[in-house]
Amino acid sequence: MVHEWALAEAIVLYIENQGVKRGRRLVVKTGALQSIDREVLEFALRMLIKEHGLELGEIEIVEEEPLLKCRNCGYEWRLDPSSMSQDVRESIHFLPESIYAYYRCPRCGSIDFEIVKGRGISEIRVEDHD
Amino acid sequence: MIEDPRTLKAIKNLESPRSVYLVVSSKGGVGKTTVSTLLALVSSIEGHSTGLLDLDFVNPSTHIILGLDPRVIKYEEEKGVKPYMVLDNLYYFTIVSYTMDNPIALRGGDASNALWEILAIVRWNNVENLYIDTPPGIGDEHLDILYRLRRIVKPIVVATPSRLALRSIDRLVDILREMGYGEILFIENMGNGLLRSYAIEKKLIYTGFIPYISEIEESIGSIEKLLKSDLLSYVKTIYKNLRGFTRG
Repeated sequence: MVHEWALAEAIVLYIENQGVKRGRRLVVKTGALQSIDREVLEFALRMLIKEHGLELGEIEIVEEEPLLKCRNCGYEWRLDPSSMSQDVRESIHFLPESIYAYYRCPRCGSIDFEIVKGRGISEIRVEDHD
Repeated sequence: MIEDPRTLKAIKNLESPRSVYLVVSSKGGVGKTTVSTLLALVSSIEGHSTGLLDLDFVNPSTHIILGLDPRVIKYEEEKGVKPYMVLDNLYYFTIVSYTMDNPIALRGGDASNALWEILAIVRWNNVENLYIDTPPGIGDEHLDILYRLRRIVKPIVVATPSRLALRSIDRLVDILREMGYGEILFIENMGNGLLRSYAIEKKLIYTGFIPYISEIEESIGSIEKLLKSDLLSYVKTIYKNLRGFTRG
């Protein structure tokens, strides 16, 4: 089991820490930059939810497209992780900030850009919880 | 989200080692990275399962001291990431295996994100002593760890006998005290024991000194040479003095 397990554990610990035990649906928003394997994440979540004695019904994993913005010239661009080489994609999968080692602003060449969205887990929501 | 879910997993991961030492210095160039690496080496050759975590994202250099090419540092995946085994008892994590030692400039938010991601995914569950090397100064990485992991980490302040370094350390110690750290460990690097009285005056726990030896430069990049270095006996003394202090 891979890196997704650690993220699933963080999600379940978070839900538990919020005092939530039951809910109709769990919605998790992940960043496409991290190239999360949704099936693996869902499997890990189901295992851990059971292990922690939670009842959360359905699981929905929503992927957010990455948006980058140059701090120097203001240019915004999208990046498709499937266009990356295997090594770079894998590095960014584990540590999205590795992107700064491989990419520059396509307009001005600056290394000073930001990940506006689509980095990692940005939302964990349990619907109809008690 | 109310809080970052990764902090909870980070706490869980760092609760496993018996001791988690955060090696800090407000002044650059005091040899913090060398000290962290030597302490980890000594701990491992003393027969303890040891971790070395390099959290200097902008200027990581523990791999240079250990003589490791970023391309050979590979992590196994098992419910997260298992650190790289350098020696039988020495496990290691650095971001250079992801960045391939290319320069990265991280702003505060990015540094925090990288920090929590690493602390959440890297598992130290087979490690007794974990040494964390940090960048100089007090930045977001330090504040995140020192505030959020206060009951887990033990700060080790490294200083050289220089007036500039000590003035800077005064400020760092004040910040640590403000944060609630009562026991602050202290190592005098490139010195001869003169800072013992400074440490006593500041109510720091003086654990020993490491003298300046020019040959250390030749040992950088070779674990074998580092383990034969004249510095090792000093580091061993410090290692033993640290052992009674395990948690924040």
